Amino acid sequence: MNHYPEVWGRPRDDIYGPYNSSYLQTTGPKTHTQSPAVTGTSVIAVKFNGGVAIAADNLASYGSLARFTDVKRLRVFGDSAVVGFSGDVSDMQYIDRLLESLDIRENYSTHGNMMNAKNLHTYLSKVLYKRRSEFNPLWNHILVAGFDEDKKPFLSSADLLGTTYSAPHLATGFGAHLAIPILRRLFPEEKPLEEISKGEAEAALRECLKVLWYRDARSLDKYSIAVITAEGVEIKEDQVIEAQSWAFAESIRGYGAQVN
Amino acid sequence: MMSFMGHQPQSQAVGYTFSQPTNAPNKEHSFYPYTDNGGSTLGITGADFAILAGDTRSVAGYNINSRYAPKVFKIGGDDDTGEGAHIILSVVGFAADGQALKERLDAVVKMYKYQHGKPMSVRACAQRLSTILYQKRFFPYYVHAILAGLDEEGKGALYSYDPVGSYEREQCRAAGSAASLIMPFLDNQVNFKNQYIPSSGDGHALEPKKPEPLPRETVEQLVRDAFTSAVERHIEVGDGLQMMVITQNGIEEIYTPLKKD
Repeated sequence: MNHYPEVWGRPRDDIYGPYNSSYLQTTGPKTHTQSPAVTGTSVIAVKFNGGVAIAADNLASYGSLARFTDVKRLRVFGDSAVVGFSGDVSDMQYIDRLLESLDIRENYSTHGNMMNAKNLHTYLSKVLYKRRSEFNPLWNHILVAGFDEDKKPFLSSADLLGTTYSAPHLATGFGAHLAIPILRRLFPEEKPLEEISKGEAEAALRECLKVLWYRDARSLDKYSIAVITAEGVEIKEDQVIEAQSWAFAESIRGYGAQVN
Repeated sequence: MMSFMGHQPQSQAVGYTFSQPTNAPNKEHSFYPYTDNGGSTLGITGADFAILAGDTRSVAGYNINSRYAPKVFKIGGDDDTGEGAHIILSVVGFAADGQALKERLDAVVKMYKYQHGKPMSVRACAQRLSTILYQKRFFPYYVHAILAGLDEEGKGALYSYDPVGSYEREQCRAAGSAASLIMPFLDNQVNFKNQYIPSSGDGHALEPKKPEPLPRETVEQLVRDAFTSAVERHIEVGDGLQMMVITQNGIEEIYTPLKKD
């Protein structure tokens, strides 16, 4: 111990050798949160008569490594809203804590948690927009499902830039390429919502997840699905993709070792 | 003992390592805070009205995010219905900035009414919008805004902006991804550019046709034609056409479908 406060608690060179600080970038801009680390892939959702269905698989990847295979990426908020997260998992957990404290705060108010999915989406999109404006983004693309103030089914998206949009069916990441065309074909936008049943919507999501499992290399066959109706949120977190058929794979030519 | 403490760098003297500056090159930031959500907007004024229109497609690259994401907003009205508004704003470019800009201007117009007890004039609102944009000169709202309303004399007023707040009152303006397709059409059909009075002279003596305010039906048809043509040639434009017509009777909103391909 000596009288230099800045050295207190530091490893002594005579015991540990000189500390190799080369990996610490001490000059230049801050680089944390400039790219995601552990990530979740697509979230998909569709509106139906009297509610919304939303699904995501249970995988958190570290680059191409399937790192965590039991991560729940759907979060229930209040009694009629669900948030689906894709993108950085640690940022998801941070937002999850924000929502937890928001929920507690709301529940202390006179009427309990009155926030609907629309309010929740506005809140989250403003959090995301603020963070992107500080150049310290929360690296997520989220879908919010539930009801608006008129008790009508609500489904909307917000991304790391704070961009928001809503449509009768939404998907993030790879799902935007693979699931959206399937959902648009099954439920054309001119078809009224009243003609889409809860069962059809749920089955469509399961089918889309199967296609994603076939074609998205960062996906998993274990998934969560939540169905939000006036009765409440029905969430199943340990689903498995059933009736798989890899017969199509045999006919694929032109990749890997086999070229003809 | 005391003497060697005096000459040597403190870290060596005490035998501890402090963080050292490295000569590693500066890493490039990989986060880009903007995106282009595509789409196009268009505004035309007449003698006693102004029209603002925009398509309702929202894109990200080659993906269509949504087929109904409005770009034209009522400013200073009721939050849900927009009732009581007398100014309209269209924003095209980066949708998140557009949303933020719209909400700020909306708050400003409302605060003006509470503080002054009268609605904000379009001229004042136009100047204020320019200031809001310029305040973010070095991290701009990446949008092309068009503001419309009726001026003090009841004539249609239209102001167009660049992302950092330069603005101008005009008769017509197209903005967004298909602006380069629509604007020349407007120059010709609204301001009668390259139109001459037949047999009024030879060569340079030929008399140009004088622009004059167009009737509402003509303007509405021009807007429809401009957008149906833009949809044919620009992939980011389509799905639906949202038109807002502001007259002394209030704001009328008209939605018509466009091609969804």
